[in-house]
Amino acid sequence: MSLVTRERLGNSGEDAAEDIEDRPFRRMLREALGVDLGPVPVIVGLIAVWIFFQTQNSNFLTSRNLSNLILQMAVVTVLAMATVVVMVAGEIDLSLGSVTGVTSALLGVLLTNHHWSVWLALAATFAVASGIGLLQGAVTVLVGVPSFIVTLGGFLAWAGLQLSLIGSAGDLPVNNSTVVAISNSYLSHPVGWVLAAAVVAAAAGVEILRGRDRRLAGTSGSFPWLAVVRVLTVATAAFGLVAVLNNNFGVPYVLLVFGGVALALGWVMQRTIFGRHIYAIGGNREASRRAGVPVSAIRITVLGISGLLAGLAGVISTSNLYGTSAGVGGGILLLEAIAAAVIGGTSLFGGRGRIYQAVLGALIVASVENGLALLGKAASTEDMATGVILVLAVSLDAFNRRRRAATGQ
Amino acid sequence: MTTSTTGPFLELKGIQKRFGGVTALRGVHLDLNRGEVVALVGDNGAGKSTLIKTIAGALRADAGEFYVDGRRVALGSPQAATELGIATVYQDLALCENLDVVANLFLGGELGQRPLFGPLRRLRESQMERRARETLTELGANIPNIRRPVAGLSGGQRQAIAVGRALLWGSKLVILDEPTAALGVKQTGQVLELVRVLADRGQAVLFISHSLPDVFAVADRIVVLRLGANAGTFVPSETSANQIVAAMTGGSTLAGAA
Repeated sequence: MSLVTRERLGNSGEDAAEDIEDRPFRRMLREALGVDLGPVPVIVGLIAVWIFFQTQNSNFLTSRNLSNLILQMAVVTVLAMATVVVMVAGEIDLSLGSVTGVTSALLGVLLTNHHWSVWLALAATFAVASGIGLLQGAVTVLVGVPSFIVTLGGFLAWAGLQLSLIGSAGDLPVNNSTVVAISNSYLSHPVGWVLAAAVVAAAAGVEILRGRDRRLAGTSGSFPWLAVVRVLTVATAAFGLVAVLNNNFGVPYVLLVFGGVALALGWVMQRTIFGRHIYAIGGNREASRRAGVPVSAIRITVLGISGLLAGLAGVISTSNLYGTSAGVGGGILLLEAIAAAVIGGTSLFGGRGRIYQAVLGALIVASVENGLALLGKAASTEDMATGVILVLAVSLDAFNRRRRAATGQ
Repeated sequence: MTTSTTGPFLELKGIQKRFGGVTALRGVHLDLNRGEVVALVGDNGAGKSTLIKTIAGALRADAGEFYVDGRRVALGSPQAATELGIATVYQDLALCENLDVVANLFLGGELGQRPLFGPLRRLRESQMERRARETLTELGANIPNIRRPVAGLSGGQRQAIAVGRALLWGSKLVILDEPTAALGVKQTGQVLELVRVLADRGQAVLFISHSLPDVFAVADRIVVLRLGANAGTFVPSETSANQIVAAMTGGSTLAGAA
């Protein structure tokens, strides 16, 4: 406690930090208290949610329901990933739901009313989605309006555009087999296994590459047990998931889509210069600017990526519904996406958050929704439960942060 | 003081800067040599911060000329300054608290590699880590875990990281803005030592400070600003603190003004 106040004063805080370095026991204590638990709290929360619903309804943990869960979580997961990217940069995108809606409407109009070829229609949809994101980014950065306001305006404007695109009927069917396949087709069982093997091989490849990197730089230590544990975790998860899904229809295409996006985005965020700069801007924008980080370009790009991902969510929604309607992207979808990112552990204040956290957070949100639906509870109960979980998760995070501050992490 | 055969590294002539109706700099002259610590002192509002910001490229001067190694250059962006070998350590240190020591050292100049290009290049983490460790050792900085976020480090350690950035970029001039302002006695000593290490390595150092004891401890030359203009240049060994104070406050104009 006294340490916290001294840290805040700055002047004497540095002496406190030095004292600790001189005392091995206190350093050990500090490291034990302040260790970054990574995904463990979220996974524990997820397991708790699953155990609760399984005890309430034994159909919850069946392969059929888990397969459904994957389909149900797709849209929220994609939007939660967009939220992570944007929030790490210290921005926010409130237009995600509306952009999902407007791109879904656009895809429906192009395919059903104008009979465009599917790839052309998809290309146009993604172009418009990222264009919307870049436009919002440009207004945010070049005009200097906070992204909160720009995307709040977008939230209203794009929802209006969605309604005018769909027209008075309120919905529009889409029969195109390619679009419909995304949420309604599955990999054959053998291909599913091959996919699992490929994922594990890729994980091992990444670790080997990293090991070589360390050897070349002369920073390699003892035998990389942590790398082995990581690869084994990936292997268990991949083969376990395919086993469960193959017990039903197989691996849904949509899992490939959002899983692939998650891997790519995670790689970009953690392993590339661009990703490092996103974290830097979220941590200290002025310091980044002085260090020569292209702050404006990155902020615009980040909101562009957010728009692009909302476009993907729009395409998946269209596939889910075999069409589009005025309701796509509306309701509490946006808030669920932000909740998922925050439940996963992404900071509202920028600079902290990971893509996998969006996936885990979305899995919790979708599990609660799915579980309560299985129990025959109304949507109102779902909203209340999700709300409580959100506040709970952020409270835990706040507690964690205070503890970390107290232990000098 | 190390001597340089090529004249001053950086030379400023007649730098002027106005903010609306306020004139912050009215024709400032300054030259900085390799291996020399120049202390820039002045009362609040004397134009110290404005001057270093024009050198660092954070502000663009309204008039005046900059020469690097005798060649006239344009300064007006942080990138331009960095390319010319000018590094600035601001008072607030400009570190990203959420990033670790290595990431902060290399911020804006990360080492990248295949498979993709441009900003999507993969970070060469191990290489950066090794060079980070070398640099910090060179500075005599004691930071046990350089993979921890900067948020948990002490003021002296942060200062070392900020100065380490300047070393890593191979800069020829390091500007330190009030580096000891927020530090205790022990840490101040470490930072002053750091300043000496830089100069002994052949870097030009511009050191801004309010603390005259610190200035006398480390500077080879003291440049005084008053109301946005030069108010004298002094050699510490031949000057008393009172003379500096007099120059800062306009009490008198003693030794040769630049």
